Amino acid sequence: MRRAEVGLAALGLGVLGAVVSEIEVGLGVAAAVVGGVLVVAMLAEGFVSRRYRSWGYLERDDDLLIRRGVLIKRLSVVPYGRMQFVDVTAGLVERLFGIATVRLHTAAAATDARLPGLAVLEAARLREQLTSLGEARAAGI
Amino acid sequence: MGRPALPEFELSGREQGEAAARLPRTWQRFHPLSPVVRMGPSLSGLVLVLAAAAALPGQTGISTSDLVVLGVIALTGVVSWAVTRWRVDGDTLRVESGLIRRQSLQVPLSRAQAVDLVEPLLARVLGLAEVRVRTGGASRGDARLCYLRRSDAVQVRAALLAVAHGLHEAVPAPPEERLVVVPNRRLIAAGCLTGVIPVSLGALVALGVLGWTEPAVLVAGGSGMFVTFVTMSLAAWRRISMEWSFTVAEAPDGLRIRSGLLGRAAETVPRGRIQAVRMVEPLWFRPLGWCRLELHLAGGVKGGNRHQSGSLRRALLPVGSLTDAELLLGRVLPDRRAELTRPPRRAMLRAPLSYHFLRAGVGDYCAVAVSGRIRRETVWVPLAKAQSLRAAQGPIQRSLGLASVHLDAAGQRTRATFLDRAAPEAVQLLDRLPGRCAAARNSAKRPVPTTGTTAGNVKSTTAGKAQEDLLAAGDQPPPGA
Repeated sequence: MRRAEVGLAALGLGVLGAVVSEIEVGLGVAAAVVGGVLVVAMLAEGFVSRRYRSWGYLERDDDLLIRRGVLIKRLSVVPYGRMQFVDVTAGLVERLFGIATVRLHTAAAATDARLPGLAVLEAARLREQLTSLGEARAAGI
Repeated sequence: MGRPALPEFELSGREQGEAAARLPRTWQRFHPLSPVVRMGPSLSGLVLVLAAAAALPGQTGISTSDLVVLGVIALTGVVSWAVTRWRVDGDTLRVESGLIRRQSLQVPLSRAQAVDLVEPLLARVLGLAEVRVRTGGASRGDARLCYLRRSDAVQVRAALLAVAHGLHEAVPAPPEERLVVVPNRRLIAAGCLTGVIPVSLGALVALGVLGWTEPAVLVAGGSGMFVTFVTMSLAAWRRISMEWSFTVAEAPDGLRIRSGLLGRAAETVPRGRIQAVRMVEPLWFRPLGWCRLELHLAGGVKGGNRHQSGSLRRALLPVGSLTDAELLLGRVLPDRRAELTRPPRRAMLRAPLSYHFLRAGVGDYCAVAVSGRIRRETVWVPLAKAQSLRAAQGPIQRSLGLASVHLDAAGQRTRATFLDRAAPEAVQLLDRLPGRCAAARNSAKRPVPTTGTTAGNVKSTTAGKAQEDLLAAGDQPPPGA
């Protein structure tokens, strides 16, 4: 649902386009533009929501599971003891919607443990949780 | 075994048996010739450039300002030598340097991971050597004693090692067992095989074909080929000179790798730093029964993300026979038994070329993966070193019922990949591997007595920790054994 922001943005863009084209060309063309944009936005919304739903994470006793992807399904298992540090970032758009991205870093560059679109509170809780677990189980390199 | 007699250098344990090394308790300067070695190359380069500029037509000769610049640089070198001093205080090595910005480096020797001897070309000519105390972590934390007289350096190294292991400083360095010496002839042959010859042959053929149809191509192509040939020869030369008289020996604190034609270095690799071992067998090595072994080591990555400790690659065997490789592998990975299995036959549709060698398996101690068609690569990742586990399934794999599982170790591309395994097997791997990795980690924490170890499994942390305090908590956990 957070990811639906992309769809919303597309809609806003469409309205803007329609207004511009109405002033420039006429009402008929504007209606067509609005309709086209609506269809595209709905399709995009479908994709985005599927992508959104594919994201998931599970905190287990010893490791964190992260699942994502529709076309290419990926699953990462990161033991808490291997975490070097945890990042929480929130960009401009993310801040607007009150969400943040949590990123886990291990010594392996390939470890791809990113959790976008968490509510800020949940992100903070997860960061605290991961940090304390990571400290308790620190395993070195 | 028909190996050519090699000039011995730095065979610790015998060479410094007679005089017990004394570590300085009071402040000491390095050898007076140190600034020459340090500033020599850059200074002579500058002199060359200036001389060339002066020799140009229209120039009156060397101007006074040039001389002043040279003098200032030389003076800086001398001053920086004059204000640099070192001593050993208990089990702490202190190095102070800098005239205006005074720097003081303190290395608790118990945390030293390795004590190495480095001899650049100029230092060798002058009979000097550098003792480098490695502390793991970033190279900034390394204490460099440059330069000492060579015989002193050997003794200082032995004494530092002894102190690092909590022994009296007069205890001689533990003897080491020489494992493999790479014959230089083979090194040259391999250097030519990997770089210059295949490419130039290919280029010749291409040029011949093209030149047949279009003679004008010959001139352009010929000059281009010449440039390529020169650069590739230079690269091959650099590699050969770096790996010249490559010797691997085993000491209690790790593997000692020595090499170098002009500048020489003796480097110690503690076993705990090894993240993965890779064996590469290019197409033209295989008929000769040769291979190349590489180690992925934990350590700071130059440039990259400063927060992350990564790994660096280091040749363990630039080129060697399979028996040599087997011997070294046995020392590096004592238990690398694993039942290698092929992916199901339908994986051939996904990886038609590489299916030929595709194999992977997990043992009690490490995971093994074989891949590649032209360059066969075998990767061993000890389960205790696994950082994370990933699985991925693309659309083609899904329709074939396959999935890939990656076991990542520290570093940029250090991983064992179980490519195109049957989906149920991948699920099983994902299910079982985290537990087995955790078990391996826990058992690795207990010091395992290895053959000939007296003070082995040197636990260590980043000595330059104070510098790294900016980093987040838990960022630089002590690299365990």
